[in-house]
Amino acid sequence: MSEPLLNIVGVSRHFGGVHALSDVTLDVVAGEVHALIGPNGAGKTTLIHQISGAQMPDAGRIEFSGADITRLSMHARVAAGVARSWQITNIFGRLSALDNVALAVQGRQRDWGSSFRFWAPVDAEQPIIDEAAAWLAEVGLAGRESTLAGSLAHGEQRQLELALALATKPQLLLLDEPMAGMGPEESERVVELIEHLGRRVSILLVEHDMDAVFRLADRISVLVSGRLVFTGIPDEVRAHPEVRRAYLGDVDA
Amino acid sequence: MGGALYRQSAQRRWAALALLAGLTVLPLLLQAVGHEFYVSFVSRLLIFALAATSLNFVVGFGGMIAFGHAAFFGAGAYTVAILMENGISSALVAWPLAIAVAALLALGIGLVSLRTRGVYFIMITLAFAQMIYYLFISLKAWGGDDGLSLASRSTLGSLPLSNDAVFYWVVLACLAATLLLLDRITHARFGRVLQAIRENESRMEALGYPVHSYKLLCFVIGGALAGLAGALIANHGQLASPSLLQWTQSGTLLVMVIVGGVGALYGGVVGAATLLLLEEVLSHFTHHWHAALGLALLFVVFRAPHGIAPWFHRRFSRSKKNEAPRE
Amino acid sequence: MTQLILEQALNGLQFGLMLFLLAAGLTLVFGIMDMINLAHGSLYMVGAYLAAAAVAASGSFVVGVLLAVAGTAVLGALLEMTVLRRLYTRDHLSQVLATFALILIANEAVRMVWGDQPALLNPPDALSGPVELGGFSYPAFRLLIIAVGTVVALLLYWVVACTRVGMWVRAGASNREMTEALGINVKRLFTLVFAAGAGLCALAGAMLGPLLAVQVGMGESILILAFVVIVIGGIGSIRGALVGSLLVGVVDTLGRALLPWLLRSFLPGEVAANLGPALAAILIYLLMAAVLFWRPAGLFPARG
Repeated sequence: MSEPLLNIVGVSRHFGGVHALSDVTLDVVAGEVHALIGPNGAGKTTLIHQISGAQMPDAGRIEFSGADITRLSMHARVAAGVARSWQITNIFGRLSALDNVALAVQGRQRDWGSSFRFWAPVDAEQPIIDEAAAWLAEVGLAGRESTLAGSLAHGEQRQLELALALATKPQLLLLDEPMAGMGPEESERVVELIEHLGRRVSILLVEHDMDAVFRLADRISVLVSGRLVFTGIPDEVRAHPEVRRAYLGDVDA
Repeated sequence: MGGALYRQSAQRRWAALALLAGLTVLPLLLQAVGHEFYVSFVSRLLIFALAATSLNFVVGFGGMIAFGHAAFFGAGAYTVAILMENGISSALVAWPLAIAVAALLALGIGLVSLRTRGVYFIMITLAFAQMIYYLFISLKAWGGDDGLSLASRSTLGSLPLSNDAVFYWVVLACLAATLLLLDRITHARFGRVLQAIRENESRMEALGYPVHSYKLLCFVIGGALAGLAGALIANHGQLASPSLLQWTQSGTLLVMVIVGGVGALYGGVVGAATLLLLEEVLSHFTHHWHAALGLALLFVVFRAPHGIAPWFHRRFSRSKKNEAPRE
Repeated sequence: MTQLILEQALNGLQFGLMLFLLAAGLTLVFGIMDMINLAHGSLYMVGAYLAAAAVAASGSFVVGVLLAVAGTAVLGALLEMTVLRRLYTRDHLSQVLATFALILIANEAVRMVWGDQPALLNPPDALSGPVELGGFSYPAFRLLIIAVGTVVALLLYWVVACTRVGMWVRAGASNREMTEALGINVKRLFTLVFAAGAGLCALAGAMLGPLLAVQVGMGESILILAFVVIVIGGIGSIRGALVGSLLVGVVDTLGRALLPWLLRSFLPGEVAANLGPALAAILIYLLMAAVLFWRPAGLFPARG
């Protein structure tokens, strides 16, 4: 395989006496969908926090595109090409859906320049607005542009959340349970979207829906109690006895 | 964007222009009816409107409840007075310097204060303002408790600022320019980012925005504009008084903002006008007008909780509530 | 020199203990109700005025102070039940506005009742002189303040740390919903806490009255100090309030006494004379800024 895009080396993180992550080493190569599974409380979201910069690890190193980003602030990581979605919907409830995404588009300084602009009205920046509308259409929210994000249905808010992350045009997308709380139809749409994206963007996917995971993932890593138990292709993971015992057994039961 | 209050319909723009025209001819009208005294009063009102507007930008638009705005107001006033003491009376030098000093002060205070949030932010901005206050009253060189008086008003080209009407027009121009600037800022990229930060700070950070820098700059702009207001108030009464720096001054400005409408473009103006007019009227009727003012403020808290400007806005505009303004 | 330092340290302790009486109520109201009460200083002022009136009327300092404490506590309870209760659910800005209005009203009310002139509040005759304290003399009344302050502080600490009511209060400060879920009458608890806080304010006002002037506006200057104390200590924490009070009391008093002298030892006289008082005046604010810089939620954060 090609050179890893994301390289996590020996990352640990504890809260008080609780070891949320212990010596986790993991990589995501360019173009791959890498699923992260594990029982509740295994540390999956904590790992996402370390990569996105919401938290800093106590030990270990995180490299992205060959550069050390371990101590970088969250916004700097986004600028470098790492975007994330949240397990609990995190959007601008009192802005319209279009304005939500327009903010994400406008934030790409490399494309649009600085947002420290004080005079020209933002409403006149048609290219930004057009691109934002295109992202909404891509995640299936065409026609909902002027609806306040807070009054979208739950599934639609999840789609908007995805659009926000995508509109930053990341190289690596960290998706924390993107299908949480969605109906089967909406889930199917998101699965298709990720399948479609998988060719352009690398994805680290945390998900509980095993059907979706086995369908989407190129590789799967299993996290149990903050430790990485196993990494392999889906068939290996399915067959791995320890994984079955530690995790899949719970799900099948 | 969600900030419907900042959106100017054509109708509102005309209203603003009409108001500006009315305020421009006001001194002539007052002279015609022999009440020139009120020109000075309205000047003071407009200066406080400017100060409150600058605070409203920080509080209402930046989402930072700053309880130390008097520091920048006072710093602007003292800068003009100290320069005057040292023989620099040109407004073109002194006023920009007053703005710069206030901005620098805001930069320093903001850098430290923005590490904290919520109540702690309120309190640390208050603490810094108190520092500035005590610093000024204990330095005898700068007048101590008595403040620094100005030998004359600043000089501005050939404009006779000592004439109350001329000074009034200069003040009005400063206020109008400030309102225009803030209106543009709030509709520009910077304003859109600020508004979104107020809505959801962590999400903005995750969209790649250096949130801290945006908030700091907002704080600095607010401080700088308060510095301009300070330069004007020092000229108005020809005195840089320590009372400008007192925490009750910060409180009064905050009260003006809340009364007028937090986050409304004209909130600071409406609040300052309401408070100062109320003060003026009540003090004619009763010696104990402070108590009456207090009761009026309690009334606002419990009856018009979003301030007066939004109340007007709701009464006189047909904006739809549940739809975002931009289609 | 040691004598001066010792005397100033005692003054600092005395001032710190009085600050604690103010800060204790403030930090609990702040911590439990998440409410900014700018009018806390007004209760201190009203307490001092009531004490002056009651001492003058009864001729006894003790009776006067007790009456003032009781009267202010009742006033505090009434204020809580009529106005403040309706502010708990409002945002901080509304609380600032409403309690700022209360300050205006309280100041004017005091002016209407007692006039513009400062009220006279003398220490009891028996304590007006100095006492010998191992080599130097110290005002007896200040010793009384230290004694009263220590006893009340210990009592308060015991109530909050060891009694059932104190447990509710602490629980309320860290998690209000849970406290309510335990079936505690939070409404009555709040009124009680507020009345107690008002009573403590009055006690501080009455004890400090003979030292500082009893006048309109006395509440505002000390209110800011009380805020500094509770922010340094961590909002909602009684222990923090105690540590913060003593820290602020001692640093402020010692700073004012010693800083000009210290500066003079290595700066030219004129500069030191100018800078000394200025630096001393801002010392506690520097302290607070420093604490918040390194511990953004104070020394003893009450909430996680």
